[in-house]
Amino acid sequence: MTASQIIFYIISAFVLGTGILSVTARKIFRSAIWLLFSLIGIAGLYFWMQVEFIAAVQIVIYVGGIVVLIIFSIFLTQQSGKEMPKSSMTGGIASALAVLFGFVLSCLLIWQNDFSLVAKNFDWTVAQIGAQMLNTGDGGFALPFEVVSILLLAAMIGCIVIAMKSPNLKSETLQTQNPSNPKE
Amino acid sequence: MSSVPITHILFVSTALFFIGMYGFFTRRNMITMLMAIELMLNSVNINFVAFNKYLFPENLDGIFFTIFIVTIAAAEAAVAIAIIINLYRSHKSIDVDDATEMKF
Repeated sequence: MTASQIIFYIISAFVLGTGILSVTARKIFRSAIWLLFSLIGIAGLYFWMQVEFIAAVQIVIYVGGIVVLIIFSIFLTQQSGKEMPKSSMTGGIASALAVLFGFVLSCLLIWQNDFSLVAKNFDWTVAQIGAQMLNTGDGGFALPFEVVSILLLAAMIGCIVIAMKSPNLKSETLQTQNPSNPKE
Repeated sequence: MSSVPITHILFVSTALFFIGMYGFFTRRNMITMLMAIELMLNSVNINFVAFNKYLFPENLDGIFFTIFIVTIAAAEAAVAIAIIINLYRSHKSIDVDDATEMKF
């Protein structure tokens, strides 16, 4: 076993272990911290694959952005030290069985497929990635780039509109919603 | 680096995807469900990067798909958290079982 293999299996065990802890931890804040470690481990996996640009993107956006956003929303919405109620036993067993079945099926599919590895090296620099992303010619990604920029702008405005506090509207909607609230 | 077969990388990403799916099925809190979705999106990203690097090293399409998925995941998380905060203001709870107004 070479050092590279050992590093890969250590990173994989780290990612999977912290991922499992993230979805099973009873305290929501710990769950978010385990998710943070899992995302850092995935960035390490990208570094191991020598795709440094994606690893940097992963750290900047996920670790620096999304997890911080999630932690902020945890602090805004509930007491982080409180334990979450346990889910039902039958539901947990059923979902574990479903997930195990899907996992085994996918693993069988991967196992039976033989991937024809290419000997060529993957040596793209960040400058080349950027040049192809903004290229309007053949194989360029200028149009998806612009579409994604519009999507980000729309998401930003939408977030502000949704999360903005409007006291008059809120009290009106509460008054109209409460009597017609169906209790089933 | 090539000593690790690509199937092992795919096994890791598959396991991560189904861990996220388990969390999505069992959790009832909206923020933790969002975290499970982030795990699933990340496992897909690992797949894209591994395929691009080991099977199609002369192209960059997998890298671009990963970048776009990360961007859209960020937008999705932001909108989801805005909705969750708004829901918390009106319901004082972010449990999915408590938001049943639109349930038929």
